Amino acid sequence: MRRREFLILSAASVGGILVYSLDGKASLAAQEKSSTDQQIRIPLKFFTQSEAMIVAAATSRIFPSDEEGPGAREAGVAIFIDRQLAGPWGRDGHRYAHPPFDETAAEEFGNQGAATPRQIYREGLKQLGGFDRLAPSEQDEALKKIEKGAFFNLLRRNTIEGMFCDPQHGGNVDMVGWQLIGFPGPRMSNFNEIEKYRGEPFRPKPVSLAQVTKHPNPPSEEEK
Amino acid sequence: MKTLPAVDAVIIGGGWTGLLMAKELGARTPISVVVLERGKARHKEDYIADMDELDYNVRFRLMQDYGLQTVSLRYTTSDRAIPIRQLGSFMPGQGTGGAGEHWGAVFPRFQPDVFELLKSTTEKYGAKRLPEGHSIVDWGITWDEIEPYYTRADKLVGVSGKAGNIRGKLIEGGNIFEGARSEEYPTPPTKVPYYASLFESAAKSLGYHPYPNPSAAISKAYTNPDGVSRPGCFYCGFCDRFGCMVSAKAQPTNTLLPLIEKQKNVSLRNGCWVRRIEYDKSGGGRARGVTYIDETGEETFQPASMVFLGSWTFNNTRLLLLSGIGEPYDPATGKGVVGRNLTHQVSFSPAQAFFEKPLNRFMGAAPAGVRMSDFDADCFDHSNLPFLRGGTFAGIGTGFQPIVGFGAVPSSVKARWGAEWKKAAVYWYDRVGNVGFAGEHIAYKDHYMDLDPTYKDHLGDPLLRLTINWRDNERKMVEFAIAKGVELARAMGAKEVVPASPYGQYDTRRYQSTHVQGGTIMGKSPEHSVVNTYGQHWQASNLFIMGASMFANNGSANPTPTLLALTYRTADAVVDRYIKHPGQLT
Repeated sequence: MRRREFLILSAASVGGILVYSLDGKASLAAQEKSSTDQQIRIPLKFFTQSEAMIVAAATSRIFPSDEEGPGAREAGVAIFIDRQLAGPWGRDGHRYAHPPFDETAAEEFGNQGAATPRQIYREGLKQLGGFDRLAPSEQDEALKKIEKGAFFNLLRRNTIEGMFCDPQHGGNVDMVGWQLIGFPGPRMSNFNEIEKYRGEPFRPKPVSLAQVTKHPNPPSEEEK
Repeated sequence: MKTLPAVDAVIIGGGWTGLLMAKELGARTPISVVVLERGKARHKEDYIADMDELDYNVRFRLMQDYGLQTVSLRYTTSDRAIPIRQLGSFMPGQGTGGAGEHWGAVFPRFQPDVFELLKSTTEKYGAKRLPEGHSIVDWGITWDEIEPYYTRADKLVGVSGKAGNIRGKLIEGGNIFEGARSEEYPTPPTKVPYYASLFESAAKSLGYHPYPNPSAAISKAYTNPDGVSRPGCFYCGFCDRFGCMVSAKAQPTNTLLPLIEKQKNVSLRNGCWVRRIEYDKSGGGRARGVTYIDETGEETFQPASMVFLGSWTFNNTRLLLLSGIGEPYDPATGKGVVGRNLTHQVSFSPAQAFFEKPLNRFMGAAPAGVRMSDFDADCFDHSNLPFLRGGTFAGIGTGFQPIVGFGAVPSSVKARWGAEWKKAAVYWYDRVGNVGFAGEHIAYKDHYMDLDPTYKDHLGDPLLRLTINWRDNERKMVEFAIAKGVELARAMGAKEVVPASPYGQYDTRRYQSTHVQGGTIMGKSPEHSVVNTYGQHWQASNLFIMGASMFANNGSANPTPTLLALTYRTADAVVDRYIKHPGQLT
């Protein structure tokens, strides 16, 4: 049994307060006006605390929080990635993993490596030691050095997933990603609107799967 | 090994073809029928809460589990094949309904000349124009023979569309290039999403002939001849790669399974992984039944008087090879037939288009849109073109989703992460679209399937090995399609148009289509085909093969209507003739 690890974030740094209960429900509490900064402890399933701090910092440079709107930090992308890695996807549960692995194959044959996403993260994060304590411009420089590699590509892909997935996966907290781009989530019907809006934006308030159905399918990261 | 009591018919695969055959045999005969499906049980009610992009569109919950089995691929016979380790250029299904659950429900017929491709092309352009190294053969049936079965398939799913040719009379607004159909579509066209309407106007302005995309996600409530009712589409946008939450998209689980579950003479067993068709070579050849691993892991022999093989293109071919039925194809000598004429489809987006106005592309359905056939098949003159055949262009309001869709930016933005990229990607998210193209892939002598010498599945059986690539004809067709696609995108009013890259080598990473065809092709003679035109194996008269593995050549259009039509034709031959007088059908 692994030691319980937490992602510890400063409430001020996230803009709101990310509250995670142990059963995986996430929500944003109103920001408390307090002169002393609060610390939030989020339980981790795969990362160590220091790994989670690096992932949180790196994904925030990939998808920053700025005047254009919320980013990876508010969406809880680091927590999303932690859950994905803990589930079947993280261990390549549905990938053909028989040897021999021929990593010299042409790129058209896709990922031919033996490493699972868990291993790619664990190795990749070793290259980013102390990353979360660098200044933003130094962080960008560090990411530019690895941006052509498999780890960065996976991190970027997972960042987009964590920004825009259904909130049941731990990312897109409070549907901040969907609000940012005007995606309404799983709306049951667009029958009356599909031919009505022709070049004007139609932006209904987002709804999550849990809101539209009382019996959502269990998320893939919880499969055996 | 456990041996079960014999049944009259065993069907391998619980997808579109297997369940259609089960339904026909169950309803029209008293014989006992067992369907073996290796994946999980699924019902239409399972999809009420599946509108989760990550699990279904990114982690591919409904698709084949490559952790158990995949295929390997190489470009030429002198290369070593590499296993495809993650889903990419095609997405086979697993579980009741097969790929018919997560399909895009585009429901076009092939052009009539596809069935006589060798004859028609040679007559028009001469044998010298046929691509070097081709292995084009005719199917052994004509348009007039298959058309009534297309009509039955249309009525099964209630396909929505507008006819362009009814018994030779051309109708404006439909596809005037299509083969003569006997009747109008069962239901009217779907609604036209805004993005698709831009494509329609553009195509018209260029003098082309756009028509509503034939859609098995239906426009209004429909009851089919079997008495199965389904509602019209709500355009929720969770369509392709999902099961339909309301059953508007035809799937085996909502169109066939409800009937099969009521048929006392048919049973469906899930979790049954077929390893061999047991075959007796003597006396002209005969299948004795099938051996499978059941859901508890026990090896089981199911004896049967008839065996129906409907396990998708790859496993249809693989099971024949593993079972030693028929002569494997050898590209060096041209001898043998099993595995030959492997084709995929030239399917890609020739142009990406950035618009000034928001498109609201989250609304839609995978098949809801507009298509044109002006450059399909031989609908245009190839005398002065550097390639043969062609494909259709389309603008579809498919239901655009954020994980897969986010990140496209105009060429002026170089960054792929960080603040500049985020700002641009957020702005352009709902202002980008693609012109689609689906084209023919010629059959070549060196493109085939056999058993891989190195890689095995979870049970230790060899993987299927594909030898396939793009060639000159496909690459030239793609160049042509890019130019036309750019022209269409500009006419749609796009602010910026980004042309696709030309085709290099076959790319296993990029989704192409789940339209892999050939391997157990049909024909008039055992010298060049695996089965006769009824799907009956030449060396085992009680073995019938169903699916796109029967297709002698690729026909540019999506394969499901054609494979359903051929399954109906096989069912008629079996019910009306074979059961009464077993033996080779003529």
